[in-house]
Amino acid sequence: MARVVVDVMLKSEILDPQGEAVLGALPRLGVNDVKSVRIGKRVEIEFDDEGVESEHSDDAAAKALEQSQIIADQLLANPVIENFTVSVLDEDAA
Amino acid sequence: MSARIGIVTFPGSLDDRDAARAVRLGGAEPVALWHDDAVLKSVDAVFLPGGFSYGDYLRCGAIARFSEVMGVVREAASRGMPVLGVCNGFQVLCESHLLPGALVRNAHLRYRNRPARMRVESVDTAWTNEYAPGAEVVFPAKHGEGRYVADEATLDRLEANGQVVFRYLDNPNGAMRDIAGIANEAGNVVGLMPHPEHAVEALTGPSTDGLGIVASVLAARPASRTFDQPV
Repeated sequence: MARVVVDVMLKSEILDPQGEAVLGALPRLGVNDVKSVRIGKRVEIEFDDEGVESEHSDDAAAKALEQSQIIADQLLANPVIENFTVSVLDEDAA
Repeated sequence: MSARIGIVTFPGSLDDRDAARAVRLGGAEPVALWHDDAVLKSVDAVFLPGGFSYGDYLRCGAIARFSEVMGVVREAASRGMPVLGVCNGFQVLCESHLLPGALVRNAHLRYRNRPARMRVESVDTAWTNEYAPGAEVVFPAKHGEGRYVADEATLDRLEANGQVVFRYLDNPNGAMRDIAGIANEAGNVVGLMPHPEHAVEALTGPSTDGLGIVASVLAARPASRTFDQPV
């Protein structure tokens, strides 16, 4: 089955106050050499491709990737403030 | 017949009842619209109230954009129907691409709950035409994600076109160029973070400045026009 990961990050020019807050807490851990912290979202999508023959798994992955692009662009990320990347999750690594 | 103003209730809306009350005090008839409604029930205008639609999951307003009612609101807005979004309603309008830009976490990360002083920067909209140009108004603000952001080109365009409708006098959230509320190019769609529906009675609000919003949309109402979708 096809699994896809969408990473959503605030654009670099958009202030990330959550990242700033984490950055501000690091010296209390004794860490003083961090320049910047940015916080984003990771979304894992699992497609239901039951019935797709195993020899067509490449097709399923391509279709999942294509649909995930639409999902990310239309819903998961707001292109006004965020960028996203989409990648197929390596089954062996998962 | 008094004007009918639809007030949308999404799952998680909070201020729909206050909005209905403000509409009634302003002399119009509030009409309840449910998020699952695909019809506008012959309303003359729509008010998207504040709250936490769909739990504010993903981003504020992001899920509400896909509700049945927003489909018909978007379509009617394109034909000139006045639409007002307050707080979460403003976020829904931005997510629905009815207004440019986006609303993100307050720069100081804290929820801000206090009266907001603003200047009315544009009276050429369906929702502000009864205010004096440059008038100072006070509406309660209460939000955690109210910082208006857009790219510089969009901000310049909003300023040049007179689409900045309300500007903070004491910016409570770090909004770019102190923007509290904006309009679309046609002026029928307006969104703002502070709540005019909480500023309609001396007993409960910091002012009664919010009544001007309802007075404006009543003044802007054409004699006979329906925004219901042809069946």
